[in-house]
Amino acid sequence: MEAAVFILSLVDCCALIFLSVYFIITLSDLECDYINARACCSKLNKWVIPEMVGQCLSTMLMLVSMHWFIFLLNLPVAVWNIYRYAKVPMGNMGVFDPTEIHNRGQLKSHMKEAMIKLGYHLLCFFIYLYSMILALIND
Amino acid sequence: MSTAGFNSQNGTGQGQAYANGPSQNPVALQQLPGVSYGMTHQPNYSPMQAKAPAPPGPGLYPSGPYQPVPPVSSYQPVPPVSSYQPVPPVSSYQPGPPLTSYPASPGQPLLTRPPMGGLPSHTPPQSASPSPGPRLPPAQATPPPPSVSSSSYYQNPQQPQPMAPSWQYNTAPPPMGPPASMSTPPRGPVANHVNPAVSSTAPPPPSSAVYTSAPPAHVSHSATQPPGPRMPPTSAHGYTQPGTVPPPMNPMAPHTYQPSRAPYGPPPTGPPPTMKATPPPTGPPMGNATPPPPKAVAQCGGVVNSTLSPTEPDCQEGDIECPGTVAGNGPQAPNSYNHVDNKMAGLPQPGPPGRHLGHYPSLPPGYQNTSTPHNTTSPMHPAMQAATQPYTQAPQPYQQPPGGPGPAQLSPSLAAMSLQSSTPEALRVVNLLQERNLLPPRPIPAPTPCLPQDLQKINCNPEVFRSTLTSIPQTQSLLNKAKMPLGLLLHPFKDLSQLPVVTSSTIVRCRSCRTYINPFVSFLDQRRWKCNLCYRVNDVPEEFMYNPVSRSYGEPHKRPEVQNATIEFIAPSEYMLRPPQPAVYLFVLDVSHNAVETGYLNVFCQSLLDNINALPGDSRTKVGFITFDSTIHFYNLQEGLSQPQMLIVSDIEDIFLPTPDSLLVNLNECKELVQDLLKSLPTLFEKTMETQSALGSALQAAFKLLSPTGGRMSVFQTQLPNLGVGALQSREDPNQRASAKDIQHLSPATDFYKKLALDCSGQQVAVDLFLLSSQYCDLASLGCISRYSAGSVYYYPSYHHQHNPAQVECFQKDLKRYITRKIGFEAVMRIRCTKGLSIHTFHGNFFVRSTDLLSLPNVNPDAGFAVQMSIEENLDDMQVVSFQAALLYTSSKGERRIRVHTLCLPVVNSLSDIFAGADVQAISGLLACMAVDRSVTASLSDARDAMTNAAIDSLTSYRQSVLTIQQPGLLAPACLRLFPLFILALLKQKSFRTGTSTRLDDRVFAMCQLKYQPLAYAMLMIHPSLYRIDDLTDEGALNISERTIPQPILLQLSVEKLSREAAFLMDAGTVMYLWIGRNCNPNFLSQVLGVPSYASVPDNLFMLPELDTAESQRTRAFIGWLRDQRPFFPSLRVIRDESQWKASFMQNMIEDRTESALSYYEFLLHLQQQISK
Repeated sequence: MEAAVFILSLVDCCALIFLSVYFIITLSDLECDYINARACCSKLNKWVIPEMVGQCLSTMLMLVSMHWFIFLLNLPVAVWNIYRYAKVPMGNMGVFDPTEIHNRGQLKSHMKEAMIKLGYHLLCFFIYLYSMILALIND
Repeated sequence: MSTAGFNSQNGTGQGQAYANGPSQNPVALQQLPGVSYGMTHQPNYSPMQAKAPAPPGPGLYPSGPYQPVPPVSSYQPVPPVSSYQPVPPVSSYQPGPPLTSYPASPGQPLLTRPPMGGLPSHTPPQSASPSPGPRLPPAQATPPPPSVSSSSYYQNPQQPQPMAPSWQYNTAPPPMGPPASMSTPPRGPVANHVNPAVSSTAPPPPSSAVYTSAPPAHVSHSATQPPGPRMPPTSAHGYTQPGTVPPPMNPMAPHTYQPSRAPYGPPPTGPPPTMKATPPPTGPPMGNATPPPPKAVAQCGGVVNSTLSPTEPDCQEGDIECPGTVAGNGPQAPNSYNHVDNKMAGLPQPGPPGRHLGHYPSLPPGYQNTSTPHNTTSPMHPAMQAATQPYTQAPQPYQQPPGGPGPAQLSPSLAAMSLQSSTPEALRVVNLLQERNLLPPRPIPAPTPCLPQDLQKINCNPEVFRSTLTSIPQTQSLLNKAKMPLGLLLHPFKDLSQLPVVTSSTIVRCRSCRTYINPFVSFLDQRRWKCNLCYRVNDVPEEFMYNPVSRSYGEPHKRPEVQNATIEFIAPSEYMLRPPQPAVYLFVLDVSHNAVETGYLNVFCQSLLDNINALPGDSRTKVGFITFDSTIHFYNLQEGLSQPQMLIVSDIEDIFLPTPDSLLVNLNECKELVQDLLKSLPTLFEKTMETQSALGSALQAAFKLLSPTGGRMSVFQTQLPNLGVGALQSREDPNQRASAKDIQHLSPATDFYKKLALDCSGQQVAVDLFLLSSQYCDLASLGCISRYSAGSVYYYPSYHHQHNPAQVECFQKDLKRYITRKIGFEAVMRIRCTKGLSIHTFHGNFFVRSTDLLSLPNVNPDAGFAVQMSIEENLDDMQVVSFQAALLYTSSKGERRIRVHTLCLPVVNSLSDIFAGADVQAISGLLACMAVDRSVTASLSDARDAMTNAAIDSLTSYRQSVLTIQQPGLLAPACLRLFPLFILALLKQKSFRTGTSTRLDDRVFAMCQLKYQPLAYAMLMIHPSLYRIDDLTDEGALNISERTIPQPILLQLSVEKLSREAAFLMDAGTVMYLWIGRNCNPNFLSQVLGVPSYASVPDNLFMLPELDTAESQRTRAFIGWLRDQRPFFPSLRVIRDESQWKASFMQNMIEDRTESALSYYEFLLHLQQQISK
């Protein structure tokens, strides 16, 4: 059972890692002018909700399986994702707004955020891997 | 290879009618009386036909112009073809016939080029050339001795360390001497830095001369010609100068090119003439900047002609303005300056005991106060004198032009030296609490950057390109310490009276950063120039070697491109991705009951009828009309119809174009139908009872109609759109207007308009919004449609044709200007800055398509832009930095043009110099833009706090880091003395005021204006000018074209300045108030207003009667002069005590206390309290 939870988390985590990498690549494409802001933002906005769902999923899994430490590790990121999505002004076209992204260093901060998330997901990945192996051995 | 015409207007090539002129084939108007409209409701469009797909337009973004991908341009970065070879046609760079329909200048072999005319009358005088006399040849052959010793700050020994490296490229044995590689003609002793030469130079003309036709001090350019009348260039290429006698062709003796460098520095002088504005090389990384001394020798050794052979074939071109190649300045910067973002982020640390600390304090206080304006040669502290010993004479030769308030035009090295070189005036300590009358008697001119005179003279006009800090700090930390925002304010498409236009098959640009060649690049030798933005060394293309101005070969640095900071190129075909489209104008009119009530249709139709021939465009110009209420009405105007045919589409959910081909018609061919339509439109909907408005659908339909060609969509809306897509709800609670703690709903309610605007932007459609309403219309949401498509917004609150004649007049005048003004289509603007600086925030109406590329479907002459910058890498070793704004557009005549502005500013490394170079108006303007952003993203009160903090922070920083003698009071440097006043004015401006009942739309509109207006007009909105005009005299009057224009002094905006016995004029930008005191001089009333007494002044007086009296003439001359200075027409409102406009007049009295806002003095006390905390 425990192993199943971690395997699921592991898969989820992999998906999130890929997503983070995708965000980084797309943002740096924008930075280098390979794509325009409109295309970049519509690409990224599509994945904001999947990312949020993925993060919440692993958080819930940990909550349900009562792994408190990992739950607390996951919680802030999940909350941040939800908060970020919820605070988007009505007039904006999503978390990534093509008209804003070049202003006030937003591109940089998005980039930084994606980088941090990538690091975080990698950390989680190893924790899940370790826990999964542990769980498999214990079984 | 260039043809230059100095047109009086910038629209056209060689002296043709200006783009706004009447169209070329005016069709005789036949007006058929009483055309009755077949109001054919035609529900029977076969949807099949109707929904026929619109002609496949270019894809949204990918196919927009300037995409690197698409095939049209042969400009692909792919082949590093040697395009500059005069020989065979591998690339489009050939001087040969261009690919497009542009009659391009035939590229002839360079040496056979016909002689071209001579002296550009427009070029700023190069005062440096020693002999103002007209003859070139002597000047070329041997520079007269006096010219030799000039000041080039490059060789200023004052800063040996940074300088040293710069010489390595020139292999100059002694730093002073001419580089060995240059076979310089006999030179006089190179005086170091101090320039007695100035004494021999022509007196520096006023800096404004840059844009006016300058006196012929421009000797070195060519021979003999006084600026004659302009005449069309005599041949296809060649930068012909008007009215010139072809000077004797100079034999191109190899040595001549040396002296010809005269324009560069002041006379050809000590510094290697090739090094112009070169900041010292930034060091080893520039591998490509290798000095070629031997080569130079070879070239200079007298083989100019032999150098004709193409030297380097690598003209690989990146893209033009495309995203995808060089993305400009790389990653976005964090906010460098953020009063608005992080207020009071820590007190500025007292600066390290920098040099400024060493110097400034040593000035005795008495000195500080006694220094007078323009006193550049004021006595220095003895210590300082010692320090500057070698340069002591330096300040003197630089006579500050009268009226130039800013830092003297001193060499940056001197400026860097420290205070005594920058004008003491700018830093004179002013105790704001004690000095009451700070307002200068005349409008404040822009400060002059601390540049050597020769650079300053060719620098960009501050009205076009302006920086908040005219001295750029060396590091970001220094900038942070100064607590002032760093940014640029631009007015790139301003109507200019003199604009050099160059036709050239090769536009010379840096190969790495795509910067256009400009006056601030440096020529390493005759064949290579060094980019002043990225420091890459580039080759001078063969055809650039020929200087059409002087018709001589081997003078690339005298080409018009290198002599003018503002220049326009006719772009060759590489600069377009599709053939230039015709000018297309689509009018989208609200005809709901509400709209008909306001009666705007009459005014609109009449204005358009009157000016239909003045619509900018050529024979291909197209127009179209759409009206809408709850349905969308199209008008079939196809040639051959006897009368316009109205087509109604009621399916607003899924809008389609009934007859896509005949809705936009050629104006010239169908002018009669258009006129018929315009005449009947007002009556057509007279009886309508439809109250709903489906604006969203109408916009979608208009977008579909315009997307194949792009163009301009003018939308007239009179109420909140409440039907179909894009419907909005009223968000304003009128009762909360004054009392609300914070203003809500400043941001858009829906992203519909933003998305549509971005779609429009992708298809090169701009939407201009005219909002005429008496009720809340949610401009915050609707405005997005214009904001992101680079349109403009006009707002006429409470417009009514009977009840509000002032608005009607205003609407009429604006419409006239709007219809006839110049327009550029499919424009993009890129702003580049020297490596190390980066732009991180943009203000204005446009879409930022990639990091530094602004997409402007339309550009109009009334649009202003602002950007904020940060310093990403330290600007060590740089003397100057440059900024370049390049605007690529299609003129209404279908010509692709590039307008390039280049601004050069000194770099300084002490806080006091930064303060000395602060431009208080530009700072206020930029802060206003930042505050608008802040109020939308955060809240209005945040924005207000941020502005107050901006004043507090910068004054605190000044006090702590620059001043060491702590005096009581609120101390500010003289150049910032108006800063608190402007901040207070902003706080009381409609956009940001609280406590006063302000309608939400009014507020949002004021915010739009602050961001969109060019600085000069924005400043009038922020701080109106007040003049007393009942006692105008000719004393000190200007004399412009035989009109005498009195110049009353500016008064402070305080009721205290008003007097019952007088009359005052307040110029608030878009409106002027003429306030008449109750006991006003009867003479004024009768002579100017033409009324016998105060009581008989009519309420609705909108213009001054034309009386034949001296007083009346003076007054009208003055008002007319004020009006002439701006492109739009400010309406005049005469105000008596009981006038309805009195309140708005009084609200502009910003120095006074109101119920909800502080007086100026209280505000100062508040600042002082915060600063001394």
